Amino acid sequence: MVFEYAPAPESRSIVDIKPSYGLFIGGEFVDGGGTSFKTVNPATEEVLAEVAEADSDDVDRAVKAARKAYDKVWSKLSGAERAKYLYRIARIIQERSRELAVLESIDNGKPIKESRDVDVPLVAAHFFYYAGWADKLAYAGFGTTPLGVAGQVIPWNFPLLMLAWKIAPALACGNTVVLKPAETTPLTALLFAEICQQADLPPGVVNIVTGAGATGQALVEHEGIDKVAFTGSTDVGKAIARAVAGTEKRVTLELGGKAANIVFDDAPIDQAVEGIVNGIFFNQGHVCCAGSRLLVQENVADEVLARLKRRMATLRVGDPLDKNTDVGAINSAAQLARIRELSEIGAAEGAEAWSAPCDLPTQGYWFAPTVFTGVTQAHRIAREEIFGPVLSVLTFRTPAEAVEKANNTPYGLSAGVWTEKGSRILKIADKLRAGVVWANTFNKFDPTSPFGGYKESGYGREGGRHGLEAYLR
Amino acid sequence: MTATSPTRAADLDGVVSDVTRSDATLRRFLHGLPGVDQVGAEARAAGLGTRSIKTTAKAFALDLAIRMVDLTTLEGQDTPGKVRALAAKAMRPDPADPTCPSTAAVCVYPDMVADVKQVLGDSGVHIAAVATAFPSGRAAMDIKLADTRDAVEAGADEIDMVIDRGAFLAGRYLQVFEEIAAVRAACGDAHLKVIFETGELQTYDNVRRASWLAMLAGAHFIKTSTGKVQPAATLPVTLVMLEAVRDFRETTGQMVGVKPAGGIRTAKDAIKYLVVVNEVAGSDWLDPDWFRFGASTLLNDLLMQRTKMTTGRYSGPDYFTLD
Amino acid sequence: MTRLDVRKTYKLYIDGAFPRSESGHSYQVSDAAGRFAANAALASRKDARDAVVAARKAFGGWSGRTAYNRAQVLYRVAEIMEDRRPQFTDAVVLAEGASAGQAGRIVDTAIDRLVWYAGWADKLTQVLGNANPVAGPYFNLSTPEPTGVVAVLAPQESSLLGLVSVVAPVIVTGNTTVVVSSFARPLPAVTLAEVLATSDVPGGVVNLLTGDAASIGPWLAAHMDVNAIDLTGVAGRPDLATQLEVAAADNLKRVRRAPSAEPDWAAEPELDTMTDFLETKTVWHPIGL
Repeated sequence: MVFEYAPAPESRSIVDIKPSYGLFIGGEFVDGGGTSFKTVNPATEEVLAEVAEADSDDVDRAVKAARKAYDKVWSKLSGAERAKYLYRIARIIQERSRELAVLESIDNGKPIKESRDVDVPLVAAHFFYYAGWADKLAYAGFGTTPLGVAGQVIPWNFPLLMLAWKIAPALACGNTVVLKPAETTPLTALLFAEICQQADLPPGVVNIVTGAGATGQALVEHEGIDKVAFTGSTDVGKAIARAVAGTEKRVTLELGGKAANIVFDDAPIDQAVEGIVNGIFFNQGHVCCAGSRLLVQENVADEVLARLKRRMATLRVGDPLDKNTDVGAINSAAQLARIRELSEIGAAEGAEAWSAPCDLPTQGYWFAPTVFTGVTQAHRIAREEIFGPVLSVLTFRTPAEAVEKANNTPYGLSAGVWTEKGSRILKIADKLRAGVVWANTFNKFDPTSPFGGYKESGYGREGGRHGLEAYLR
Repeated sequence: MTATSPTRAADLDGVVSDVTRSDATLRRFLHGLPGVDQVGAEARAAGLGTRSIKTTAKAFALDLAIRMVDLTTLEGQDTPGKVRALAAKAMRPDPADPTCPSTAAVCVYPDMVADVKQVLGDSGVHIAAVATAFPSGRAAMDIKLADTRDAVEAGADEIDMVIDRGAFLAGRYLQVFEEIAAVRAACGDAHLKVIFETGELQTYDNVRRASWLAMLAGAHFIKTSTGKVQPAATLPVTLVMLEAVRDFRETTGQMVGVKPAGGIRTAKDAIKYLVVVNEVAGSDWLDPDWFRFGASTLLNDLLMQRTKMTTGRYSGPDYFTLD
Repeated sequence: MTRLDVRKTYKLYIDGAFPRSESGHSYQVSDAAGRFAANAALASRKDARDAVVAARKAFGGWSGRTAYNRAQVLYRVAEIMEDRRPQFTDAVVLAEGASAGQAGRIVDTAIDRLVWYAGWADKLTQVLGNANPVAGPYFNLSTPEPTGVVAVLAPQESSLLGLVSVVAPVIVTGNTTVVVSSFARPLPAVTLAEVLATSDVPGGVVNLLTGDAASIGPWLAAHMDVNAIDLTGVAGRPDLATQLEVAAADNLKRVRRAPSAEPDWAAEPELDTMTDFLETKTVWHPIGL
C-alpha cells in the first residue's frame, strides 16, 4: 500500500513581490547608482524582481545616514528606549512571520518547513533576546559604549537569520548599521526595511544596500565605519582582514567550515542517523557549520551507513513551497556548478557516491542528497567546503583517532559527538578545536548561545552575552 | 488478521534460545540494544507531525485509519446491549454511506466476546479481547491463562494481553518473556497483542527493550497502552516501537504489528501516526494486519472528516451515531 | 438624563479565577480623599491557604517553561497594560491621590519595569551562572534556579509601581507567588490581576489577595509549603517584620527583609530583587573517555 502525499503548497498570495526594489537609506527607499540586477527563484529560475545595485556613492550616502542617525538620535537614546524599538521589531516579525517565511523560501530555495519553523522564529527570538540586553549592558561585562556605525555583509544561506544576527546586537548596543544582503537573496532584507518603517525606527539607524561583491567591498573599505561584521567565505574573510589592517575598525568574521560529526559505537543510533541527516541536508547543506564529514567508528560503520541510506531514501526533494518538502533547491547556478565540480572530483579520486533516489525538477537548480563512502583525509571532498547536500564518510577506530581526524582541517567552526556516555562527550568536546560542539544533536541555534569559529572559520562570536562584545567598547 | 504469519526463521529461534537462557543473558541482550535519546526521538516525531496531508492523500489516510480501528469499550458498565451496538457500528460505521469501510476489530472484555460474535458473525470484523487480568496484569499465571482461553473459546480471534510491569521494572525479564510465550501458546490460532503500558515504563529505552522482549516471545502485535493509564499512546512512543518492528524484521525476517491505543481522538492525530508508520517502518505496515488504532471516539472524528472530504462542508456530531 | 454607571466587583485572584473571599468578608476602600470607592474582598487565612496550593501546583509548569517563553509572557503583560493605560492611570489617581500626569508617569514606569524584567528571563543565568574551573577532570557548572512558591507582601504606598516591582522579579525566574496587596490601596492590584488573567500568564503563577498583610502575613510566613517571603509590605513595622521572620525560620524560608521605609520605586532595581528568590545548583560530571 502506498501513501502518496498530495502536493501541499503554501500559498504565495501572502507575499507581494514588487517588480523592482531600491536601496533603503535614511529611512527611505531610493534608487541605486549601479546597474540593477535580477534576483531569481532558484527552484524555477523565474525572475522575481529587479534590484538596485549600490555603487560607492550609494554606500557613502548610506554610511553618512547611519552616522547621522548615530550622532543625532540612536546614541542619545536610553537603553530602555532602544529596547522597546527592538521589541517592536521582534513582534512585527512574529506578526508577519508567514509572509517572511514564504518570501525567504521563494528567493532562497529553502523548504518552507525550515523557513517557517526554524529561520523566522529564530529571527524573532534574536531580536527579542537582544532587545532585553539594550538596557542591561552594564551587566554583560564588555563596557557600555557603542562603536558607532557597523558595516555588515551577510550570505545567502540564511538571509533573514544572518540579518538578525548582525542587526539585533548592533542596535541593542547603540550602534547604527549599513547592511548588505547577498546578491542572490535580497528580498527579505528589503521586507525587513519595511518592518523598520512600521516600527517607526528612526531613519538611518538601519540602512540596506543591495549589490554584489563590489558593493560589499565599498562598504567594508569605507572610512566612515567603525566595525565590520562579515559572514561568508573564508577567502573573502581573509580579504577583509587585509583590507582593515592598519585601521581602527573592529572586525568579526564568521566563515567556512568542514565539521566532523563523530559517531561512536554506543551512540543512540536512530537519533544519530537523524543527526547526520539534519547535519548535512538541513538547508540543502548550505550551512557553514554543516556536519559535512561523518566520522563513524569502524565497528558500526556498515550499520550506520545502511540506516543512513534507508533514511535518505525518505527525504522529499522538490518544491520549496510544498509543506512536505525536506530538501529544497540549490541557491544559484554558480553554487550548483561548484557542488557538481567537487562531487566529480570526489568520484574521480575514488570515493564511492550514492544518491537518494528522487525525481528532480527539470527547471531550477537541484542536487540530490548524496553520500560519499570510502573517503580518506587525502580526498578533496574531505577537506574543502562543498556547501551543498554532499556528505563524506570516513571511519575511525579509537577516540584519539576521531579527534585527530576531526581537528585535521584549517577550519574549526563546529563539530558533533554521538555517544550515550556523558564523560566521553565532555572529553571529546574538550579536545575538539571548534567553536560549537553539539552532542547527540546537531545544527541547533539559539539567540542565547554564542556561535563562531576557531582557526580559519573566523573570529568573534555572535549570539548570547558574548555576542555583545563585538559591538561595545 | 488474514495474512498468515511467516514461519519463524531458523536464525530467530537461535537468537531466542541464546538470549533467553537466563535472566542474565536476556538482560544483557536487552540492555545491549542501542539507547534512545529522548530529545532526538521526540524531535523526530514532532517533525513528522508537521507533514501536511491534503486532498487525495487525506482521503486515502482517513479510509485506511477507519480500517485500522479496534473499536473499543472496556468499562465496568459494559453490557450486552452496549457491545452489540458497538459491533454494529464497527461493521457499518457510517450507515448513510455504503462506501465507508468497516473497522478492523471490536475490542472488549472476555465476558462480552460471545455477544459481540453474535452480531459480527462472518462480517470479517475481528473480535479482540483483553485478557491476562487486564489492565493491571496482577494475577496468578493460571488465572491469566484461563482468562485467555476463555476469551478464545468464546470466539475472540485476537487477544490483547498486558505484561507484568512490576516484573519488567524489577528486571525479571525472563518471567515476562515466559508469560508472553505461555499466553501465546494459550491463544491457539488467535493473534496475540502485547500491551506494555508505556506510561508506566516511562523511558524510551524501556519501550525499546519491552518491544524486543515481546517480539522474541512471539507477539504478533506490540501495543502501547491499556487506555487506563496516562499518558497512553504518544507519537514518539509509537515511533520507537515502529523502529523496533522495523529492526526486528531486518534481523529476523519476521513482521510484527504495532497498535497505539488510548488518547488518539482526532483524525488529525491518526494521520500523524500513519505518516510515522509510512516514514519510519515503511509502507508494508500501512495495513490493518500490521497497524491498528485502539480507540473509541476517534472513529466518529474520522467519519466526520471523511464526510467533509465528500461534501466540502464541515459536519457536526449530531450527524454521526453515538454508541 | 445621565447614565448610571455599572460598577465593578473587586475580587481575589486565585488559580486563574476570580473568587470572592471564602469568608464572605469584604472591606471598604476609600479614595485618597477619603470618599468611598469600593468594597474589596477581604482575604482570609483560608484564601491564603488555597492560593499557596494553586501556586505550588503551577510551579512545575511555570518553572519548566523555557526562559524565552517566560520573557514573552511578561512582555505580553506589559503590552496589555499599555493597552489599558488610561484605566491604570485612573486607578492610581484614585488610590494614591496622584495628579493625572504623575499617575501616567507611574503607569509608564510600571510598564517599562515589566519590560526590563522580561528581558532578564533568558539573561540572568548568563550573568549569574558560570562554569567553574575545578582542579580535576570534571565539568562543573553553576546555574540559578527558582526557589519555589514565594509569598509577597506588596508595598502599602505604591499600589501599582511598587506592586509590579515586587511581583515581576519573583515570577520572571520561574517562581510562583501569593501576593497580598496594599491594604488601603488594593484596587490597582485587582486591575493588574485582570491583566494577568488575559496575558498568557498561567493560572496559579500569580495569586493576588486583597487584604491585610498583618493578618494574612503570619499565616504565609509560617506556611510550611512556602519557600520564601518578601516582607516589603510591612516596611516601617519592625516588630511585625521580626515576628514574620521568626515564623519564616521554621522551614528556613528565604526572606527579603522589610525596609525601614518604602523605597523609591522609580529607581532602576538591583539584581537582588531576583537573586533573593533563587537557588544555585552546581552540577559535576567527569570528563573522560
